[in-house]
Amino acid sequence: MTIGQRILYILRTVIKYVSLLLVTIISLLPMVSTVITAFKTEVEYASTNVMTLPQSWTYLDNFITAWKDANMGLAFRNTLIIMIFVLFGSIMFGTMLAYILSRFDFRGNGLIRNLFLFATLIPGIATQVTVYQIMYSMKLINTLYGYIILMMGTDVISIYIFIQFFENIPKSLDESAIVDGSSYFGVFFKILFPLLKPAIITSMILKGVSTYNEYYMSNLYLQDKSKWVTVSTSLYTFTGPYGSQYNYICAGVLITMLPALIIFILCQKQIYSGLTQGAVKG
Amino acid sequence: MGNLNTAARKGKIPHRMVKWLRSGKGQRFLVMISFMTAPLLLLFVFTYLPFFKMIEFSFYDMKYIGAREFVGLDNYKDVLTDKEVMNSLKLSLYYLIGSFVQLALALYFATMLSFKTKGGSFFKGTIFFPYLISGIAMGFMFKFFYTREFVFDTVLTWIGFNLESLPYWLRDKSVNNIALVATSIWKYMGQNMVLFIGAIMSVDRELYESASLDGANRWHQFRYIILPSIKTIVVLNMILSITGSLSAFEPPFVITGGRRGTSTFFLLMHNMAHGHQKVGKASAMALILFTLIIFVTIAQKLIFKYAFSDNNADVSKKTARMLKKQRAKEAK
Repeated sequence: MTIGQRILYILRTVIKYVSLLLVTIISLLPMVSTVITAFKTEVEYASTNVMTLPQSWTYLDNFITAWKDANMGLAFRNTLIIMIFVLFGSIMFGTMLAYILSRFDFRGNGLIRNLFLFATLIPGIATQVTVYQIMYSMKLINTLYGYIILMMGTDVISIYIFIQFFENIPKSLDESAIVDGSSYFGVFFKILFPLLKPAIITSMILKGVSTYNEYYMSNLYLQDKSKWVTVSTSLYTFTGPYGSQYNYICAGVLITMLPALIIFILCQKQIYSGLTQGAVKG
Repeated sequence: MGNLNTAARKGKIPHRMVKWLRSGKGQRFLVMISFMTAPLLLLFVFTYLPFFKMIEFSFYDMKYIGAREFVGLDNYKDVLTDKEVMNSLKLSLYYLIGSFVQLALALYFATMLSFKTKGGSFFKGTIFFPYLISGIAMGFMFKFFYTREFVFDTVLTWIGFNLESLPYWLRDKSVNNIALVATSIWKYMGQNMVLFIGAIMSVDRELYESASLDGANRWHQFRYIILPSIKTIVVLNMILSITGSLSAFEPPFVITGGRRGTSTFFLLMHNMAHGHQKVGKASAMALILFTLIIFVTIAQKLIFKYAFSDNNADVSKKTARMLKKQRAKEAK
């Protein structure tokens, strides 16, 4: 290396790490300030600058108050129920549909694929104007099962992940099982479904995150917050009487973020690869 | 099958049908019906039925409950002459520019993090994590962040700005939309970056090695190896950001509620439907938006058909072949 090249190399490395450091600070800043404020007493919050560190990192009263006032115990219970059913339902429906579409040649196969693709163009929140009316006439508003049914049916990306996956499993595998006297149901549940495990995990993580964070439709269809509050809508509690009591609000925000953070730390790789797979076809 | 037999013996189902159901064709039919009914029903009830109803509603003056009146194209005329609507369409320009900035940043950091970097997975993780925060939580965070004398102002005064010279980030109409767009970049840049890293990683590693042996510098590597191989996904994201900016919704919805000139088209439509209960006009807005999205999608298909007919793999293969030839020449 000549001296010129060496200087260029050092310069490039400096620019690289400085820009990475800068973007990391920007990414973390809103979250760090939330953490700082969540540990401050009311007096402290009122008298110090928001970026001044709290006196004690073990002051947990804000978290307890936020948990109680936003009814987060109930919220976590409801969200857990929703997630179990939504994940189970959308995985079953998604894999079953993908099985039919990738293994059976029939008239209408292409049409069904296109119907699902076209559906992604219809802006989801826009149709809520009329979905609301349909939910209302089916008496599904303010019921947990109504919301669950609604959330199960709209997952084109995972259907495509499953179809892609099916196409990598040789057809001879299920054909020979059929010849051996197995039924189509047997082939699907006993042979193919277990093989789909990696794709199922991918789509469970993606769907799980989006279900956990979903707030627009749960606010619209689960209006009775005393009964059907979810983790994300529980935060709406802090819009009214709390106004600008950010020491409580920040504590509440952190409680709702914690599960996402844990899942992220545990399944980073799957989340990244899931996103990449989902984007290729979606 | 036992149930079918007993049912047939009781005469409920004719024998011929049982026979057919037990045959290969019948089995196929049975599995197709039982596996497709539920997903297709859901698709119909919650996507297509609402969509067709929306078309119907857009011709009526109506609320959710009560009598309605046929008004023809009046809703559409109302929407297209509404000053607020026009203003909201102008706002989508902010979001469009924002998403291009976002893509550029994502591409920059993705290229960087695809090569050996100290603490690479930490950087990748922290840039990506905002994507996993719920919209509502993010809304509170940024209301707090932008409040006068709070987080952003404090940090700016640390760097040397004078508090008096700083605007009210969410109130001042000259900056509040930029502040909102920034939160959107904050949330989604990491996701774009992860997609780009995935695409860059799928390029054959040997290409970089042979290229750097040939003395190609980083810019050449980026220009001739990385960019061609991820061209498709970059252009796809650029086009998607057009529809994305037309349907921008979350930042103003959770942070400002659309006050002080921050109401985007989508938010306007939401308030029209659920606030003022002008269901007909809201439906007309939704359909206008849908038409725009269809146009953009058709344009996208055309662009990909004519400008990107060669796919990724071929491009990188071409580059590989070219490099090999060059090397062979130099060896001679």
